[in-house]
Amino acid sequence: MNGPLELISLFDLPRGHEATVSCGDFAAFGERSDRELALRLYEIGFVDGERVRVVARGFPGGEPIAVRVGSTIFALRRFEAERVLVAPLRNGRAKA
Amino acid sequence: MSSTSEAMSLVLLGNPNCGKTALFNLLTGSRQKVANYPGVTVDRKEGQLTTPAGRQFRVLDLPGAYSLNAVSIDEEITRDVVLGTLAGERRPDMIVCVSDATNLKLNLRLVLEVKRLGLPMMLALNMTDLARKRGIVIDVAALQRELGMPVVNTIAVRRGGASELLTQLESSVPAQLPHPAGELPPAAAWLAPDVADVSATQREVRRILAASVREPAIDTRFDEHIDRVVLHPVWGLLILAATLFLMFQAVFSWASLPMEMITASVEAFGALLSTHMPESLLRSLLVDGIVAGVGGVLVFLPQILILFLFILALEDSGYLPRAAFLLDRLMGTVGLSGRSFIPLLSSFACAIPGIMAARTISNWRDRLATIMIAPLMTCSARLPVYALIIGAFIPQQAVGVFNLQGLVLFALYVAGVLSAMAVAAVLKITVSKGLQHPLLLELPSYRLPHGRNLLLGLLERAKIFLLRVGNIILALTVLLWFLSTFPGAPEGATGPAIQYSYAGMLGQALEVVFAPIGFNWQISIALVPGMAAREVAVGALGTVYALSATGDDVAGQLGPLLAAGWSLPTAFSLLAWFVFAPQCLATLAAVKRETNSWRYPLLMAGYLFALAYLASFITYRVALLLTGGGHA
Repeated sequence: MNGPLELISLFDLPRGHEATVSCGDFAAFGERSDRELALRLYEIGFVDGERVRVVARGFPGGEPIAVRVGSTIFALRRFEAERVLVAPLRNGRAKA
Repeated sequence: MSSTSEAMSLVLLGNPNCGKTALFNLLTGSRQKVANYPGVTVDRKEGQLTTPAGRQFRVLDLPGAYSLNAVSIDEEITRDVVLGTLAGERRPDMIVCVSDATNLKLNLRLVLEVKRLGLPMMLALNMTDLARKRGIVIDVAALQRELGMPVVNTIAVRRGGASELLTQLESSVPAQLPHPAGELPPAAAWLAPDVADVSATQREVRRILAASVREPAIDTRFDEHIDRVVLHPVWGLLILAATLFLMFQAVFSWASLPMEMITASVEAFGALLSTHMPESLLRSLLVDGIVAGVGGVLVFLPQILILFLFILALEDSGYLPRAAFLLDRLMGTVGLSGRSFIPLLSSFACAIPGIMAARTISNWRDRLATIMIAPLMTCSARLPVYALIIGAFIPQQAVGVFNLQGLVLFALYVAGVLSAMAVAAVLKITVSKGLQHPLLLELPSYRLPHGRNLLLGLLERAKIFLLRVGNIILALTVLLWFLSTFPGAPEGATGPAIQYSYAGMLGQALEVVFAPIGFNWQISIALVPGMAAREVAVGALGTVYALSATGDDVAGQLGPLLAAGWSLPTAFSLLAWFVFAPQCLATLAAVKRETNSWRYPLLMAGYLFALAYLASFITYRVALLLTGGGHA
């Protein structure tokens, strides 16, 4: 992580690319259901600095996405994935 | 058994997919009891554990939870049991946290959260064999020090894989409770965490992991190679379709031999009774009532077990959540979630566990929609009916590599699924109004299904089915025999005796309602006891036809009797009726319990009856036209 990186939503991360989660206070705002969702995302490991990679995309519309976080894969819908901001790695090789 | 009340209680608590239930099976073997928590329908699995030194424990397998900050009923139950706030449930004496050793980053957060409660606990690092294979080195002593609790290695899928846990239980748990049962000290107050708490805990997890675990860059190639195909939009859906198709073919073809054996035994038993008993009412009750009725249902045990074998194996292997992933968006178009897939798939076995499984859907509207359409998934209780009619009316012939009977069965399942989608789409417009809900579904690592777990699961299903045969079905069969036998035929009657019985009268009354869709009075009678359990309809037909036949050889062979007695349109109409089969009281009772109101079960019964009647009417009329008219 060198220099300021452009942040994108997890949903916009292309399949196979790696990124790090970067969203310290993403849970602080919004309605109760939003906060609960954010908290749960946090609890299952979408925390600052965590490596993530999109391993598959659903059909149609590329939704939901299957994201590897740590050694687990979680399936998220678009609006869930959009709650998570990530910084793509420069050399986030597309393995496919 | 008398010591149960004094036995210490321990609970197994952990994330979903941590192998907790496998560990529970290993600890308790077949000494398990499955019931419900009061007021809700979350499975309460309790078992007996005796350590090598003879210590007794009651073991409770809690529902999987990611957090005590519950978002589903399952998680609420887990939290309330641990906190001792659930009515009718004593707070556990000891908590065994079960963690997947290959996935500690996710699992340890819950451990730390529970630890804050200040209750006696230990950590079982499960799947340590897999962790070792992946080169993960866990310094158990360091982890023990950092966590401040005993830590043991377990391999739930290996015989003897819990020996460390047993030793630890024997050595560290006092033989005598330090306090009289029922007067446990309270747990530390639990407050819903906020973001700051969660992030502090996550930092703590990382610190502990850094101090105690050495993990190579995770080798995920194996899973990802599989997932590249299995989660692929095209190949993945094709594989799913093929899997389901294979499942239904297997239900028909693998089961045929054991089914023939059961039929033959039942017939032999009936014949034995007939020859060795004098002609009497008792003989009629035993042969025509009990043997024909119960035997006719028992014969479907092999099919039900094969279906469950597939569902359990798919679940154990990690494939089911992936199927949910694949279908999430497609099911979303009719207002469902991928999470609805598992309850709906269970509903193929029986709508009741399916309706109960819907509680894992945290969103109420999604859950309600799933519950409402669960009975449209063809449950295994309808299989006897389908099997009987298909066997009687569809020729056993090959179509390409497939079997025509299997194809018809598949079509009936598809009809159920399609109508479920249509109903869900209507619900989407009227009830849920297109709101978005989270999916948050874990796709666990692939593993080979484990024999003992499959076997225990199958035994549980077989027990449930046989108990149903033993209780409800037996009682109804006897009742139906009574209704079909009394009063006897009057002097000089020409028709079969049953026509003059109570059942005959009831059937003839109902026939007025059902004649437009081609049902004769025998079918109308059979639908009545079918309300208690759908498969009873077959037993009932068996009883009705056994009693209306005039010959002596009436114990079995219902199929040919039907083939001779019904027209093809009637058979098709009855098949169409059972796609919707509105008359299952147990399902409606489950809906009442799950939704806590009469509104939804009544709504369900109403819409299912309307659809069933409509579908049968159309099927019957179209089939009549195509077969050139004629009357049933």
